[in-house]
Amino acid sequence: MHVRKIIREIRKVGRYLGNYGKFYREGKTPIVLLTKEENLRNKSVRSGKDLGFWGRQEQRQIRTKMDLNMDLNAPHSMGTTIIGVTYNGGVVLGADSRTSTGMYVANRASDKITQLTDNVYVCRSGSAADSQLVSDYVRYFLHQHTIQLGQPATVKVAANLIRLISYNNKNMLETGLIVGGWDKYEGGKIYGIPLGGTLIEQPFAIGGSGSSYLYGFFDQAWKEGMTKDEAEQLVVKAVSLAIARDGASGGVVRTVVINSEGVTRNFYPGDTLQLWHEELEPQNSLLDILNSPSPEPMNI
Amino acid sequence: MDFMASKQPENSLLGPEADSQRTLYPYVTGTSVVALKYKDGILMAADMGGSYGSTLRYKNVERMKAIGKHSLLGASGEISDFQEILRYLDDLILYDNMWDDGNSLGPKEVHNYLTRVMYNRRNKFNPLWNSLVLGGIKNGQKYLGTVSMIGVNFEDDHVATGFGNHLARPILRQEWHENLSFEDGVKLLEKCMRVLLYRDRSAINKLQIAKITEEGMTISQPYSLKTYWEFSAFENPTQGAVGSW
Repeated sequence: MHVRKIIREIRKVGRYLGNYGKFYREGKTPIVLLTKEENLRNKSVRSGKDLGFWGRQEQRQIRTKMDLNMDLNAPHSMGTTIIGVTYNGGVVLGADSRTSTGMYVANRASDKITQLTDNVYVCRSGSAADSQLVSDYVRYFLHQHTIQLGQPATVKVAANLIRLISYNNKNMLETGLIVGGWDKYEGGKIYGIPLGGTLIEQPFAIGGSGSSYLYGFFDQAWKEGMTKDEAEQLVVKAVSLAIARDGASGGVVRTVVINSEGVTRNFYPGDTLQLWHEELEPQNSLLDILNSPSPEPMNI
Repeated sequence: MDFMASKQPENSLLGPEADSQRTLYPYVTGTSVVALKYKDGILMAADMGGSYGSTLRYKNVERMKAIGKHSLLGASGEISDFQEILRYLDDLILYDNMWDDGNSLGPKEVHNYLTRVMYNRRNKFNPLWNSLVLGGIKNGQKYLGTVSMIGVNFEDDHVATGFGNHLARPILRQEWHENLSFEDGVKLLEKCMRVLLYRDRSAINKLQIAKITEEGMTISQPYSLKTYWEFSAFENPTQGAVGSW
């Protein structure tokens, strides 16, 4: 048909078009340029749902998704659990270690607690790229600030720099951060900077997708004036609970303790954590269970 | 550009969205602010909640702040934008003080400044996602005004934002009168806040009441309101119609 020929020509030319050339070259076709039959075909794959302007691309994605079970265009994101807690003398920061691309775990031992200065660290969540860039910029600014100031930067300054970048680029960034550290003026402080760039000082902060499961837990378990060990145990327990229920969190629990004496990094692999509901003791093999001595007889 | 937006990730750098900053949606939001004029000045009430979508995420957010010597600003909407507005006002007040001429910006002037800021941002399709309440008293003249994110501004004897518009203003219309005492003003505000607590999903039971008079601004400690649930109709509502609600 004459119309179809024209459409074919437009698509060919489309390869060279400015801003949208990219999409034509990748084989995506705007829905207005699909023929009626093609469009209906697309619709039937998705059972009548509208595929939007770049319909074809969606369809291709669906097919790949079904083959490989992967969302190829999903951003590298840290479905995460991050926590920052103040205690009597400093702060404890904690995080899981899973970085995912859609359903695939890209890194199972990532380090989401990043150093900004000797005494200030930040927990990163959301888009891995965005959070890495923001913390890189802030580390750079803080370094210069420290030189100018002649003494260690305060946690408040670090948090405000993070806020500045998060707020002024709110449309482009997708990252929630928890800044924690110790300085000689205010002691241990935690600042939460969620999406949008709000700066909020808190005695404890939780973030990332896993944090949804921890609001109730912290409402009950949090106390003012804990000791260092109590605080760290609380953080480890919380991250571990979140990992149990959030598919986007997993791996090991990392903690960083910051106080007047300095910084201590800790590492808690899965086997050191307690087991939760419906979790079983890990075994080397079924064979060990079969060969093991029979269980205790009941005491009647 | 809208057809692009639905298919591209939100953080697309293609097209004009990359250059200008456009707040498309709020993240951490505060709910209603209610305020009224009373005998000695202005009374304003707001809860301390910062919601993140449907989650009541932050419960210690101060949404009312003093501006200079004569004004009090309360905000609902995106908290990060409110924090930015406070920075702008900080610069404004500082600049005013640097004149060192004995004069200081009154509530009417601050309200006008805010109106211009909000309206200009709206014209650039990049609003500050807030509804603001600005109250104060200068030289015996009480002033209470409001500005929304699209620049709608007016002054009145009693104002409210968000849900307060629908739930608090009718109460205020009935029960407000000239020269309320401090106690009556507080009771009236608490009546409004209690209704909001019952009926606004994003309200939390932790509020502050701020007062501004010729002497200055004071803000109460955070406190909670008692709520009443002992209506007989509440005890067994589905008795007459099992399975209903």
